This record gives sequence, structure tokens and C-alpha cells, in this order.
Amino acid sequence: MKWPSWRFIRVWQRNRDVFLKLWPSEVTGFVVEPLVLLLAMGFGLGAYVGMVNGQEYIEFVAPGIIASYAMFSASFECTYGSYLRMSYQRTFDAIIATPVNVEDVITGEIFWGATRSMLTGTVILIVATAFGLAESSWALLIPLLAFLQGLMFSSIALTFTAIIPSIHSFNHYFSLFISPMFFFSGVFFPLDSFPDIVQRLSWIAPLTSAVKLIRACFNGEFHPDIWLALGLIALITLVFFVASLVLMRRKLIV
Amino acid sequence: MAVISISNVVKKYKDFVALNGVNLEIKQGECLGLLGPNGAGKTTLIRMITGSSPLTEGEVSVGGMDIKTSERQIKALIGIVPQLDNLDPDLNVIGNLLTFSRYFNIPHKEAKKRSTEVLQLVGLENRPKSNLGELSGGMKRRLMIARGLINRPRILILDEPTVGLDPQAKHLVWHKLRELRNSGVTLVLCTQVMEEAAELADRVAIMDKGSIICLAPPAELVVQNVGRTVWEIEPEDGHREPIIKALEQRRVEFDEGPGKITTYHVNDADAFKGLAIATGKLKQRPATLEDVFLKLTGRALIE
Ligand SMILES: Nc1ncnc2c1ncn2[C@@H]1O[C@H](COP(=O)(O)OP(=O)(O)O)[C@@H](O)[C@H]1O
Ligand SMILES: [Mg+2]
Repeated sequence: MKWPSWRFIRVWQRNRDVFLKLWPSEVTGFVVEPLVLLLAMGFGLGAYVGMVNGQEYIEFVAPGIIASYAMFSASFECTYGSYLRMSYQRTFDAIIATPVNVEDVITGEIFWGATRSMLTGTVILIVATAFGLAESSWALLIPLLAFLQGLMFSSIALTFTAIIPSIHSFNHYFSLFISPMFFFSGVFFPLDSFPDIVQRLSWIAPLTSAVKLIRACFNGEFHPDIWLALGLIALITLVFFVASLVLMRRKLIV
Repeated sequence: MAVISISNVVKKYKDFVALNGVNLEIKQGECLGLLGPNGAGKTTLIRMITGSSPLTEGEVSVGGMDIKTSERQIKALIGIVPQLDNLDPDLNVIGNLLTFSRYFNIPHKEAKKRSTEVLQLVGLENRPKSNLGELSGGMKRRLMIARGLINRPRILILDEPTVGLDPQAKHLVWHKLRELRNSGVTLVLCTQVMEEAAELADRVAIMDKGSIICLAPPAELVVQNVGRTVWEIEPEDGHREPIIKALEQRRVEFDEGPGKITTYHVNDADAFKGLAIATGKLKQRPATLEDVFLKLTGRALIE
């Protein structure tokens, strides 16, 4: 396999320029929707649920929503977004005819997906802080964590994008992988309320680790398993990053 | 001196042989026309030169560098105008050029200067802020050419650059290409338009089924393969067979096309004396590259 070079920045810059032009049309999905969810769940459901793990429900659910919408951002960007650029717009073909290679393109896409995660996470964090929900100054690390988990979800998404036969296959990706994680990774309820088997499956779901880390920084309460979560994210990212590079070269350079 | 040298190149897609041992030397500063019917392997050959597709066998070197080891350096030297539109629809005209400049690591200030320059060259200097949706097919083609020139390439490769253009736009593109060639840029021009090759190419290579079947300056190709003039016979019902038999006996070289018999290397009408050809059904005209093409690649429709 070939490794990427610094030229991946060029692809990141291209996506940034397009985003700066088109962002108003994307604001609803990644800003309005999570904030509505935060308020509805936090204040609406929170009134019934009362305290969770010794804190207000809205304080419990806020970091979960940051992590899940960071996941959604990277996932949409590197599935539908990347696929459109690759197959319909042939943008990847145009770029790899220049000194920028396939590996640079894929790495640029992954870093851009992670940037989207960070932007989304940061916006929700700022609003949550304005409501007085974030208590710890460790919360300043959350944008960085959102970026890291964005690298992970972008790599997974691009690996999938490299192997699917058509754009319709993304339905499966979202309904069988992304959505279940949204509900079974400790975003809305603590994991220990689930049956044993679900808890075990949930433990390896990539979103679970992201939620653990972001919640720890949000509340300033650290359990030793955050190191495990960090290690798991690093491992999953590495595996899928390499897989996406190899599979994309195989797909694009025939 | 050869600026691109292709030797014994074989390309297989799984079991399908798309290039079957191609040898070709492209000289510094020339315009090489690459002709061939659909599926002949023109685009595949270009993809070998630009590193967009790995060789199955053989060697390609560009500017003295091996494509297998110096892909990036080679791509920096070449400009490409691909067959299919792959302009960036998320960016406007100038955005396409500035973004493309970045892929070549051209500093922003220089990129702005060059963008203005190449837009002027292709006659789009009034449209820098246009979105791609507002451009006609011809304008998009010209923008693709402008984009292909942004790195000041020593070699410009064009894959059917005038497909779908109206005659005005086509002639404008040809004019620009001629200027480029005169300024010393090496051109590789893939086309199915014979007139285009005849107008622009110093040498023409005709490809068929993955091989180059002939290579010479266009005028020479015509004289060698079909002579200076061709005669076309339109036989009436029932006369076709006897005419063909007679031509075979008289050792006249000919091809059967739809409704017509075309003869080659015949200088005067004596060759057809005594044949049952109705008046007005025998016509003489100057031979063209198209006759060579049809003779060598077959007059039947290729699917
Ligand atoms: N990626 C591919 N996979 C399989 N076959 C291909 C691929 N690209 C081209 N071919 C086949 O190779 C042959 C040559 O194609 P191409 O080089 O595009 O021809 P041309 O440009 O002369 O029309 C065609 O038969 C085409 O179907
Ligand atoms: Mg072609």
C-alpha cells in the first residue's frame, strides 16, 4: 500500500471552500436538529426521568448528543458526500490526475469529515455551556475529542463507500449501523439498564467509546475505562484508515 | 527526441485485453492524433500515460521518467483534458481554476495570475464568477482546456475535446490548440473526428482493438492507403454482385459500405469501363483521412 502525503491538505481545503459557500443549507441538520433534541429530551423527558447517575437528565444527555451528532456529521460527509464527489461529479478522478494521489484524496476527505464532527460538536457544546450544563473546564477538550471520533467515523464510512455497488446501499449503513448505535451506546440511557448481551455488544460499538470520553470531559468525572475507550478509538481508526486507503486505490485505479 | 515513450504496453481488465502490445514514441513539440473507433483503447492508452491506471505489462516513460516510479513528477508535467466532464460543480469558474492550482501547489498569487491568463486564452475572461450550471457545453469544454493548462504543462493530452460542440466552438478550440502547438507544447489528441486530426496533427496513429495499426503524417496515410482519389459506386438492385465480381477480376481495391462500393488507388474512370453502372451513380472525390480510417478499421458498424 501507499501512504498519503501532506498534499491531503489540498483536498481538505477544497471541501472547506465548498462548505463555506454552501453551509447555510446544512445548518438545519447539524445545528438545529441536535439542539431541538437536546431541549426536548433534556427538559421534556428529563422532567419524568429525574436524576440519572446523580445528575440532571439534561446534563447526562447533552454530551451524548454532542458525540452522536459528531458521528452523524462525519458519517454523512464521508458516505453520501464522498460518494457524490467520487461517482457523480468525478471530482476524485480530476484530482488524481494532478500530483495529488488517491491516498491524499482519501485522507483529505477523512480529515474534512473529522472537521465537520468538530464543528458540530463545538456548536452544541457552546449552546450547552450557555445553558450552564457543562461544569468542568475539561470540556474545552471536547472539540478535540469530536475531531478524533470524526477521524474514526470518517474512516469507517469511506471504507464502506469504497465497497458498495450503489448509493442506495447507504440505507443499510445508516439503519443497521449508525442508528442502532445512536440508541445503544449510552447516549440516552446508561448502559447498565440494558440486558447483558446488549451491554457487551455496546461496549465495542465505536460510538460508546466516544460518548464515554466526551461525557467524562463534560462532567469532569473520569473513570479508568476512558483509557480503554481512547485506545479503542485509536485502534478502530487505524484499521479503517488503512482499509479505506487500500480499498479506494483498488476501486479508483483500475 | 521522444518526450513520451510507450513500449510493449499491454493492459488487461480482468480477462479482456484493452491494449495489446502498444509501441509509440511521441516527439517533443509535435501534435500526435490518436484515432480509433469506440472501444479501440484510446482512453485506456491515455490513462497509462497519466498514471491513472496501472500497466499490466510494458513500460511508459514521460520526459525520461518511468511512470511506475515517478508518477507524481510526471503528473506535474502533464495537462489533461478528459473525455468526460469532471469540472467541480460545487465551485464557480475561477474557483475551479484556483482550486486546481492548489493541487499543483501553485502559490495563490501566481494562481490568480495564471487563471486570468488561461481564461483569456480560451475566451472566457468575462465569466470568472459564473456557476458551472450557467455555462454551455462549449464553454465547459473550454474551461476544461483552461484547467488543463493551469500548470503550464509541457504536454497536453486531450481526449475527444470537441465532442458535442457546435461548429463555431469547435473551430475556436482548434484555433487555440494550434496556438498551443505553435508555442511548443506537445499535444496528444484523441479523437474520432477525422477533420480534427487532419487539421491539427503532425502525425496520426490509428488504433483498432487495442493495437496501433498505422502511424504517419495524415497526408501520407491517405496517399499510401487509399490513393489521392476515391470513386464511389452506387449499384442498382441486382447489379451489385456482378460489379463486385468484375472489380475483383480487375484487381481493383474496394470496400463495401452501406449502399455504396468505395474503390481505392484508382486514377481514372477507365477502371470501370463496361460495368453496369447507371449514369450519375459513379462519383469521384478527393480521398480523406476518413477513407483511410474506414478502410483500416472496417466500414461495418462496431458495437
Ligand atoms: N475500467 C474498465 N473495466 C473493464 N473494461 C474497460 C474499462 N475501461 C475500458 N474498458 C474496455 O476497454 C476497451 C477500450 O476502452 P477505451 O480505452 O475507453 O476505448 P476508446 O477510448 O478508444 O473508445 C473497451 O472495450 C472498454 O469497454
Ligand atoms: Mg475514449
